[in-house]
Formats: sequence, C-alpha cells, structure tokens
Amino acid sequence: MYGSDRLRSVSAPELDEGMPTEEMVLNVGPSHPATHGTVHIKLWLDGEQVTGAQVNVGYLHRGFEKECEAHTYGENFPYTDRLNYVSPMLNNVGYALAVEKLLGVEAPERAQYIRMIVGELARLCDHLTYSAAQVAEMGAFTPFFYAIKARDFLWDILEEISGARLTHSYVRIGGVAADMPDGWVERTLATLVQVETVIKEIDTLMTRNRIFMDRMQNVAVFSKEEAISHGWTGPCLRGSGVDYDVRKDYPYLFYDRLDFEVPIGTAGDNMDRYLVRMEEMRQSISMIKQCFDQIPEGDYQLHDPRITIPPKQQSYNTIEGLINHFKIVVDGIEVPAGEAYTYIEGGNGELGFYIVSDGTGRPLKCRCRPPCFMLMTALEKLLVGHMIADLVPTFDTLNMIGGECDR
Amino acid sequence: MGLEATTGRLADAVAWARKYSLFTYPFATACCAMEYMSLMGPRYDVARYGAEFPRFSPRQADMLLVVGTITERQAPVLKRIYDQICEPKWVVSFGVCASSGGFYQNYTTLPGIDHVIPVDVYIPGCPPRPEQVLDALVMLQDKIQRHDGYSQRMIELEKREAQMKKKKKHGSSTETSA
Amino acid sequence: MSKAALDRLVEHLRDGVISTHAHRGDETAVIDRSLIRSACLWLRDTEGLEFNMLSDLTAVDYYTMGREPRFEVVYHLHSLTLKQRLRVKVGVPEEDPVVDTVCDIWQVANWCEREVWDLYGIRFKDHPDMRRILMYEEFDGHPLRKDYPKDKRQPLYRRPQHEIDEALAGRPGSGHRPGFGPRNLLES
Repeated sequence: MYGSDRLRSVSAPELDEGMPTEEMVLNVGPSHPATHGTVHIKLWLDGEQVTGAQVNVGYLHRGFEKECEAHTYGENFPYTDRLNYVSPMLNNVGYALAVEKLLGVEAPERAQYIRMIVGELARLCDHLTYSAAQVAEMGAFTPFFYAIKARDFLWDILEEISGARLTHSYVRIGGVAADMPDGWVERTLATLVQVETVIKEIDTLMTRNRIFMDRMQNVAVFSKEEAISHGWTGPCLRGSGVDYDVRKDYPYLFYDRLDFEVPIGTAGDNMDRYLVRMEEMRQSISMIKQCFDQIPEGDYQLHDPRITIPPKQQSYNTIEGLINHFKIVVDGIEVPAGEAYTYIEGGNGELGFYIVSDGTGRPLKCRCRPPCFMLMTALEKLLVGHMIADLVPTFDTLNMIGGECDR
Repeated sequence: MGLEATTGRLADAVAWARKYSLFTYPFATACCAMEYMSLMGPRYDVARYGAEFPRFSPRQADMLLVVGTITERQAPVLKRIYDQICEPKWVVSFGVCASSGGFYQNYTTLPGIDHVIPVDVYIPGCPPRPEQVLDALVMLQDKIQRHDGYSQRMIELEKREAQMKKKKKHGSSTETSA
Repeated sequence: MSKAALDRLVEHLRDGVISTHAHRGDETAVIDRSLIRSACLWLRDTEGLEFNMLSDLTAVDYYTMGREPRFEVVYHLHSLTLKQRLRVKVGVPEEDPVVDTVCDIWQVANWCEREVWDLYGIRFKDHPDMRRILMYEEFDGHPLRKDYPKDKRQPLYRRPQHEIDEALAGRPGSGHRPGFGPRNLLES
C-alpha cells in the first residue's frame, strides 16, 4: 500500500486511516480489452485491493475431444492446430508423436529434425506473441508492432514449408507432409537474424523500462511448492525456480543431441516468467541453427502402406496405390487397441496427448493435457492481495490461450 | 429541388466520412485473433483504411468485428455487445467459424453468428489472410457509401416500409374494385 | 514411466490392484475405486516415489466397447524430483458414478475434477466446488459421454426464426447476398 506511505509524511493522523471503503464486486470479461481470449474474472474488491477472485473459463469450449472421436487419426491434425493457435506446429508434433507411440513406429531421422525445426519456430512465434500481448495490454504499443513484425517474418517461413500462415497441419503420422523447399534453410537463417534483432529491440525497450519493472517485479509471486501442486509446467514453472523442461528431462525427437540451456527464475514473480520466455527465444534460435547443422539426408516420411498415403504418382497410376490411398483417407489408419500418453514441451509447458484406441481408424478418446488450463487454476490465488491494476500483467504472464485452455 | 440535391450530397458526405473512420470493436475469441493482430501490425496496416483504432467499449464503436469461434455460451454476450453499439452499426464476420461454425459442428459451437445478430460482410478462411480482411473492409466501405447496411433498425424500417406498401396496394385494389 | 514405482504400488496395495499393464512403456495400474485417495496420498508422500505433481486427470467412456464398468478415471502422476511417471486408473460404474476427490492432495485436481464432472458426469465426493466449468449451468447432460449426440445443441439465445431464415438465405454461396450490388429501393 504505497498510497498510505505517502500520506504518512503529511502527519495528519486522521488521514492514516485511509478512505472508508466497502466491498465491491467487479466483473472483468468475458470480453475485456486487457484479456486476450474470453475469460470471466469476478473480483471482490476492498478499495483497489483484490480480496477475492473467481475465474470462469470455458467460453471457447469447442468440443475438441468430441470432434476427434468423430474423425480419423489423420483428419484430426487441423483440430490440434487450433488448440494452441499461437504455436500450431508444436500441437501437430505432440499429436503425431502420440499416435506414433500407439502404433509403435518412429518417423525417419530427417522428419524428426524437421519437426524440431518447425517446433522451435512455433515456439518463437508463441513467445513473440506473448511479449506482444504482454506489453500492449500494459499500455506500450510500440513493442507490439515490433513483435508482430518479427512474427510475420516467421510466418512467411512457415508458410513456405507448410502452405498456411497460421494453421499449418504440416506434420503427418509417420513424418511430415513435404520436404524442406529449396533454399529454405538459407532464408530461415536470414529470417532468424532479423528476429534476433527484434528480440534485442524489445529487450532494450521493455526489460529495463521503469514502469514495466514496477508492474512486473515482486507482483504475483508464486512459490515452488504451490506451483508444483497446481500442475504448472513450462516457462511459468521455471520462473518459480523449478528445473523442469521436457526437452531436457525426457528428451523426445533428438533434443538430446542439441546443446541448449534451460533458464530458471529465482523469485517466481511476473518478471521471472517474462525473462524466462525472452531467454527461451534466444535458445530456440540457437537450437534451430544446430538442427540445420545436424540434419541428415533421407526420407521425410515413412513408407508404410498402413500408415502413410503412397506418393501421388502411385495413387494416380496403380490400382494398389489407389486402394491404399482410399483406405487411409476413408477408414483411417488402423491403430491397435491400447492407450498411450506422450508429452512434449509446448509453448506454455508440458503439452500432453492421451489417446485411447479401440482398434478402429478413429480414436476412442483423444485428450489434450492443456498446460494453460493448469496455469489458470492458480490465477485466483495469484490475484488476491494485489491491486486491481496487477490483474493485467499477471493474467498476461500466464499466457492463457483460449483454444487450449477450453479446447 | 435545390434542397433535395443539397441533402443528398450531405448524406453522401456523411457516409464518406463514416467509411474512412470506422471504429472497430474486435470481439476476438480464437485463432482468428492472431490474424487480427497481423492485420493491425506493420505489414498489413489496417490504418491505411482508417479502421485502425480498436475501441474496446461498444458505446464508442460502429463496426463489430467478430473474430473467431462463437460458442453457445458466448452467444448472449455477443448479442449484448451488439445491442450496446450505437446506430449506425455494421457487423463483419471474421473467418469461417464466425460465419457458419466452420469445421466445428458440435454441441457447443454456434452455427454462424447470423443466428444471433445480423451480419453485413462474411469473410471466409480459417483463418482468413489479412488481404481478405482488407478486401472485406473495402466491401463494407462501399456498402456504407451506398447507405446500405443490415443493422437492426434498418431491417425494422424496411419491414415497416414493406408493410405500408402492401397495405397501400391492398387499399388501392379494393378501391378500384369498389 | 517407472517399473519400480508400479511394483511398489502393487506390493503396497496387494488385492487393491485389479490389473496392471505396461503397453508402449506406460506403466499403468487399475486399482480399486475406494482406495484412490489413500493410494494417491501414499504415492505422493512415500520416499522413493514422491509423485508431487498430478500431470493430468481425465476420464474415458467405454460405452461403445461395452466394457464394464463403463467409465474409467485416469490419473497421470509425475515425480519432478525423481523424474518418473505412473498412470493410475479406477473403474467407475454408470449407476454410481462417484469417486473420492484428490483435490486436497494436488490443487490442480480441483478444476480437472470439475471438468470430468462437466463432460462425463462423474461426481467427486467431498469436492469443495462441484460446478460445471466448460459448459454453462443451463446445459443438460454430459457432452463427452458416448451416448450424447455430437451435434445436439442447447442454445442460450437465438434470433427470431424468420430473421434467421432471411440471414441464411443471404449466406455466401446461396446466390443472393444481402447488401452486395446496388439495392433496388423500389423493389422492396
């Protein structure tokens, strides 16, 4: 309460007591400028201080699981795109890995490297969008334009490889949809230089900005133990000082061959969650460069008639190819009965897919473990005791993505 | 006659002013909001069309941009926001989810926002490219210049006009027969 | 996932474990429904197991497979200190869909259990706040149950039908689009 501190210097005892206040209930959302995505937060206020909060999510529940159960394994990729729509490639990769685990197959080495590259590009997009939203909603509009500019550069690169700006559906079960285009590596490396410049610009504009620091530091501190109990993962958990990154602790794809560092916060406040993400962007850029150095020649897709559709030449010219294509498109890939849970490091943390198969071409259950749903469980606790103005930066650092939180 | 010409030109001038200063209320819910951010961003720069200023209060906006999937749970919220916007108002349905529900055809999604509010321009695409949105914006500007639009009051007015004309026709026919 | 943890759980619960499997390397134990709370507490607090994080909590409906019991509640446990994982499941019959809550063991379970109640209609005993979370309160039924039709909507608000018909007639692709092309004022 810095207001009362200032009053104390006036040395008028009746002023020390402050203004008489009574409890007020304030509704924030479902459509509110400072909340990207629709979420309803009910606040109980004592003056400007939050005494209680209730968070209502679910405004963007689009029936992801029900849709998945009605479609074949291959058809579900577009639905996974729209879970965390800021980093669709990572969702694609996570889902493909889950189905591959259930099938008991592994994509060729080159495909796995491509998945790592596009995944890290998606992570860059995610963190850039996060920083754009974070600073724009706190009132600084210029860095927003910088971040969006950089994200558009990255989208150009992703569009070139996948054909879509945002909803890529590029990864396939048993590989990826297409190989890297000619000259793509050079163009990506050139883009990364530009992106690196933009990150530096945002860093200089924001990180040591006095207002930014005041609103971020020591606001919404969350302890290690509570963060674990709330199922936090990803940058937010690392901001609270827990060393857990799926890429390091349970390496999937070929992350064990890459040399990278995992940034860990110390205080667990908003600033740490922001700083962890900024550092992760730099690490992602270095990871992509390492991938380009290591990527081997070879196939980008499995050649297994049960899993992947045959090349166009075959499905147009041979009857076997045509039947194979037809079977996979209409009936879907037949996945043996069983259950599997895979987890990858998504934009917001551990992105898990739990798939139960009954032996047909459509999943019996396709559950996405949404990292930001778990983050949002803690928002009620984070807000209590702070000023109402702290709502915006706190909500932003959790980086709630409606499509993923509500599915 | 002189007066008519003046008023006609005045209305045109007002429409011209309106179309180049659309204040948008972005009701951004889902994936399309990412493209909306790009639209605002430096490359596509919606400011060139005078619609760069997002007003997050419906009272100050005149174009409702419904960006992303609207679920059944959000439908009353959307309706309420639409009702709060002052006349004249226009609605743009951004993306296929808002236009028709898109590929979400299930228990929770609204099969198009025109089940809840009237829509002026539909933009296809999942999500649409910013170029498409700019195209839609130009379409809407043409529409505004033509004094056209599907705001609620417009529809009501048209209905009343149509009813009055029907009555007139009806009345005149009875007169002639008698 | 961890083989050692599964063995210790089997040793600890003995008859309480109904079945185990390790399909695709995911160690899984199906345990008795009444034991879930004590088992979870034990798994969290025992040295050498230390499952301090509940990674995921969800349910599965086996209605189409005709399995008994119809539902299963699935817990994915994760130990951040020992880097091991374990999947624990309990069967839940349709006629008595109640499971003990674990939301005081892991805070995150609060919302996860609300979600399972919302989508599958499985109640959690002693849960402090058993409300719907993703759907609205007016919604009738539990949409992720296999016998809930995929496209059965329960609207909260709709425009009057004639207005919808007019709007649908003007949908792209239906030939006529309202507001495009010069509007003939005389015609109306």
